[in-house]
Amino acid sequence: MSAIFPKWTNRLPLMVIIGGLLVGGALVAGAWYYLTPKYSRVGYKPIQPVAFSHNTHVGQLGLDCRYCHHDVEKSWYSNVPSSATCMNCHNQVLKDDPRLALIRKSAETGEPVPWVQVHRVPDYVYFNHSVHVNRGVSCVECHGRIDQMEEVYHDQPLSMTFCLDCHRHPETKLRPPDKITDLGWQPDSPEKQREFGLKALENWKVESLQNCSACHR
Amino acid sequence: MRYFLAIFAMVVVAVVAVLGFRGTHFRKPPLYIIPDMEFQPKLRPQTANSFFSNGRSSQLPVPGSIARSTTLQSIHGPVLAFENVPVNTGLISGTTNYVEHNQLRVTAELLKRGQQRFNISCAPCHGALADGNGITRKIGAMAVVANLHDKRIVEMTDGELFFIVTHGRNLMGAYGPTVAVPDRWAIIAYLRALQLARLGVEEDLPEPMRATLAQ
Repeated sequence: MSAIFPKWTNRLPLMVIIGGLLVGGALVAGAWYYLTPKYSRVGYKPIQPVAFSHNTHVGQLGLDCRYCHHDVEKSWYSNVPSSATCMNCHNQVLKDDPRLALIRKSAETGEPVPWVQVHRVPDYVYFNHSVHVNRGVSCVECHGRIDQMEEVYHDQPLSMTFCLDCHRHPETKLRPPDKITDLGWQPDSPEKQREFGLKALENWKVESLQNCSACHR
Repeated sequence: MRYFLAIFAMVVVAVVAVLGFRGTHFRKPPLYIIPDMEFQPKLRPQTANSFFSNGRSSQLPVPGSIARSTTLQSIHGPVLAFENVPVNTGLISGTTNYVEHNQLRVTAELLKRGQQRFNISCAPCHGALADGNGITRKIGAMAVVANLHDKRIVEMTDGELFFIVTHGRNLMGAYGPTVAVPDRWAIIAYLRALQLARLGVEEDLPEPMRATLAQ
């Protein structure tokens, strides 16, 4: 009696298993790697209508973040400065530069400059800037070294696990209130940081909430 | 099997080639593969929105509208932000004359706040010592920056300084919109401390501190 199935079909179950594992593994690995903000958001660097350089203004000239983002300590969102704030200096500095034409026009007419938003949390997340910067969380923890960026890009994933990593161990991130906008500041040592963080947690009544309604309402 | 492995490897290489790696910079807006409720039809500050005819979510207040506010404790008692009183205007009520003195109680805390705010909002031009040697002067970007130790400025009343900070003067822009009222008074208190540091003489110092000065 001749064989109905050729001999290689003996290996078929093994091949199906190996093939399935490979394809399944690749799909899981691909989803893990690509379907998170670590891939989809980090590195977003839109072209802005005016080529404003944070590196020049903060890194080199030493302006404080709060010269422009002046309401960050009082408001839930960090304001984009009005063009009048730019004109405080640029009515004299580079006052005829074509790169600033849009700013001058905006200051004159009141028409807003169409800046492109880089950092954005979903609409169901209620993040409050003031409560963080007033409790010793620096700008750099979420925004990266903005003071070294020629063009601003998305530096941290700002995903839910990113928030929770810090909310579970806030003592690793809290810093003295006068160093909030000093983006290059480093603690003397991890032990000193821990010691300071734990003390700050207690003294400033840092709640570091982890319940759902802290952020989702 | 060999063909399958070859095709599998090619697909993996193709996907990685197209999608790239984490953290590379890109210009196009992020893709929302599973948008959930990321975008809701509500107003977010300072964004484009089609609800209002001018296309903005943040509207300017209607003329004559009054900001909701808490009271501010001035030396003449609590006042509200819309009241026409010296602490809000720097002027003696009903006149165009400047008030003489700081309208907040000057405490160590106020001076500390003033120092912080001065260094944020004023020092870029006027310098941390208020001598007009801020960074804008150092890089030669501004021709004229007032030295706040000049006699004409030392002799100004606190009210006039408040008025200038609020509305700007000459080439200086208005800081009323960006620096809150109590912060402006705090800055003025701190500026007076800076001026006094230049004008003071040795005899002003208490005896024990004079000894440390000599060292």
